[in-house]
Amino acid sequence: MSQQYPALIVIVPLLAAFIISAAGWVNKRLCFPVAVAALSVATYSSIGLLLRVLDQGVVLYKLGGWDPPWGIAYYVDHLNGLVLVVVSAVALINLIASKKIIEQEFPEKTGPFYTLYVLMVTGLLGIVVTGDAFNLYVLLEIASLTGYGLLAMGGGRGPLAALNYLYMGTIGACFYLLGIGYLYIVTGSLNMVDIAGILPSLYQSKAVLTAFIICMVGVWLKMAFFPLHAWLPNAYTYAPSASSSLIAPLMTKVMIYVMIRLILTVFTPQFSFTILAVNESIVWLAVIAIVMGAVLALAERNLKKMLTYIIIAEVGYMVGGAWLGNRAGMTGAILHIVNDALMTLCVFLVVGNIVYKIKGYAFDDLKGLFRKMPFTMGAFVVGALSIIGVPPTCGFFSKWYLISGGIAAGHYGFVAALLFSSLVNVVLFFRIIELGYFEPFSDHHGHNHHPEPIDEAPLSMLVPLIIVAAGLVVVGMYTGDIVTRIIDFAIPAGIV
Amino acid sequence: MKVIGFIIAVLTGGLLIYATVDFPEWADPASPASMHVSPHYIEKTMEETSVPNIVTAVLADYRGYDTMFETAVIFSAGVVCFLLLRIFLRNAPEERLYRHVLTGVTIRIKRGGRLPYSEDFKRIDTLWTPHDLIIKTISRLLIPFIQLFGLYVIAHGHHSPGGGFQGGVILGASIILLAISYDLRTALRRIREKVDAILCAAGVFIYAGTGALCLLLGFNFLDYSALASVLHVDPVTARSHGILIVEIGVGITVMATMIWIYKNLASTGKYDEGL
Amino acid sequence: MGDLIQTIIAKYNYWIYITLMMIGLYAMIAKNNLVKKIVGMGIFQTAIILFYVSIGAKRGATIPILEHGHGEQGHEISSHMVHAVDYINPLPHVLMLTAIVVAVATLGVALALAIRVYNRYNTLEEDEILEQIREK
Repeated sequence: MSQQYPALIVIVPLLAAFIISAAGWVNKRLCFPVAVAALSVATYSSIGLLLRVLDQGVVLYKLGGWDPPWGIAYYVDHLNGLVLVVVSAVALINLIASKKIIEQEFPEKTGPFYTLYVLMVTGLLGIVVTGDAFNLYVLLEIASLTGYGLLAMGGGRGPLAALNYLYMGTIGACFYLLGIGYLYIVTGSLNMVDIAGILPSLYQSKAVLTAFIICMVGVWLKMAFFPLHAWLPNAYTYAPSASSSLIAPLMTKVMIYVMIRLILTVFTPQFSFTILAVNESIVWLAVIAIVMGAVLALAERNLKKMLTYIIIAEVGYMVGGAWLGNRAGMTGAILHIVNDALMTLCVFLVVGNIVYKIKGYAFDDLKGLFRKMPFTMGAFVVGALSIIGVPPTCGFFSKWYLISGGIAAGHYGFVAALLFSSLVNVVLFFRIIELGYFEPFSDHHGHNHHPEPIDEAPLSMLVPLIIVAAGLVVVGMYTGDIVTRIIDFAIPAGIV
Repeated sequence: MKVIGFIIAVLTGGLLIYATVDFPEWADPASPASMHVSPHYIEKTMEETSVPNIVTAVLADYRGYDTMFETAVIFSAGVVCFLLLRIFLRNAPEERLYRHVLTGVTIRIKRGGRLPYSEDFKRIDTLWTPHDLIIKTISRLLIPFIQLFGLYVIAHGHHSPGGGFQGGVILGASIILLAISYDLRTALRRIREKVDAILCAAGVFIYAGTGALCLLLGFNFLDYSALASVLHVDPVTARSHGILIVEIGVGITVMATMIWIYKNLASTGKYDEGL
Repeated sequence: MGDLIQTIIAKYNYWIYITLMMIGLYAMIAKNNLVKKIVGMGIFQTAIILFYVSIGAKRGATIPILEHGHGEQGHEISSHMVHAVDYINPLPHVLMLTAIVVAVATLGVALALAIRVYNRYNTLEEDEILEQIREK
């Protein structure tokens, strides 16, 4: 069965989604165990697959038994394997942590919600593991459609925010499809490795240049890279907590993986960095993204919205790091995919806990929360330290690689933006810690006048959160291992 | 906003047209797209899958993995529409309108009361238009033939243009025709919500399940030659039968989802009255 | 001039589809009404589908369904070889079957979201909705 791990990772959640959907009509209590079982199998298979890749190199799996380029093939290398483990683990932890809040917010529709949850994770896993460009588009659309549905469930402004996300997301996906069409016209193939083999003779072609630009713009739209980020703050803020803590850590990071895959594998580094020579401009765009994300976050009085602007800045880190063109920068970007997924999961789970207990997340609601919910706010402090970049949490190490990459490339604007963003993060998070710790706990929370005391969130929401917070430190301490054994092999030898 | 939109459209269009300089000509038989991967499909389909319709062979066998996810896309669209719109009415609607068939008199019953079922009084919608006898009769006569044609399209996907998606949409359209020409409640009586939702999931499950069966028999996922031992035929014919099985699954899902999405959208989730 | 006419005759299909795409893109960005944006999305996606399908055309070729395959012992090597030049490229058609289904699914979800927005704000014009939000 270990030969079939690449297929199991995607198939088991897919089959489970259909079972959950039918079970939701028959007996609602079956939905959650089936979902947890499916995601556990996916996590186990992805870890097994990563160990196989570390052992024997690139794993090739032919779907339908056909050889590429006539059939669809999976190429799993170190980059894939690492991101697969991250995606499946984050999704599993979030599912366990969100059970109570899903049942509180949508008591009648838990069946469809879990179905969409598992389908979205299937889509994300499929995007990461596939080696075929058109297959990536179909899986991207699965992840997007289920994402729109999950994000629109928040009452009030949820549907409008999701509709705006739908418009921009569809434009992004269609641009990607158009770029693949241009590549197909000039190469005749859809398989990523095959295209990379045919392209070197076509580097001077205008169609290839346009395909690259259009694909990049499409992927940037879906990852909310400045100036195409307008959909992200509203979409993630007005969503229910269970959806936002699934989508916020994962969707943008998977799109960054797609961008890196396009840069490194499809259009080889020789084309992306040497022939194209737009590195500088894109890194300057990333600098603007980081600065704008930090500045706009300062202006917010709403915890969840502030966190979404921090996500925009983090996307800027990763795009800038990838486009620096040297090994340290690319290492920083890939390492930051792992770290940022964990950090974002941590802080969004904290927001989920707060919403479960207090039903609000404006700054005024947070006063004095430290004494009432010590574990939750403790995890929040760990997450904040990681986003700021304090050792030994993992956030420090990826920032270190990014900064050394910036210095090696001579791009001091990028380095300055990283340091500026860290300082602004210090201000942002210490504001909240001060509110939570030093202010007295106020009893009027807007519309709840319930006399019961606010206490810590239930165990099923607390234990995953503590595991993630501890994971931030553990991943930080194992950074050396991750970089030397996995990421170094993920980057082609041509990049120094 | 209009100016920005215009500038973006012009710039993008200019970039895309600029790139067409390097394209091969229209309908050039020697273009890279026609020379690289597709000759294998055209020349080897018959001996590898024994299905004359090359598009069906590529869709359901060579690139069957894509098609499975495409069916999952349709399924998830149905679930999203259900999740967003469906309101389970705990209280009965405020008022109901009944029409006396013989005289045409309409009575309105308030506060959730209802008349027992009788031949003389028919329930009508709030936004009601008179139903034409011609439309009702013709639709009722045509719907069985439309469904028969839909089944034909699914079954003959191997030899003529057709297949699961096309047949499924035709089947779904027949029920939607019933809903439009009569009223939504008639269509709801024909296909109940629970049956519809479970059919949706069942169709895609057949597709993914066939692939998983091939996995369990030791081959790769969706490698239909594994079915040779189950169906007692040689591997190439097994591929042809495998394609038929998955097309049936696709047809079931597409039919059920089209009806489900229509019901949710037309009644805005209340399943009470609609187009 | 002759060269330009030559280029136009060879590639005018791509230009027409790109123009359609840009009309759809303009509608999605610039129009105020939510449903008009959805219509623009439909135009955009349909134009991309037409673009892909036109890639597969071949001069003098017929549809990709093997005539003599019907009724024979299917998979034995038949006496006449199948030549790729006689049949158009089936791959873009396969890809676009998928894209059509995805477009329909996106349309369904967009309409469901528009109904939810309408139930909440009682209007489908974006500027009126933004005014209502600002007033809250």
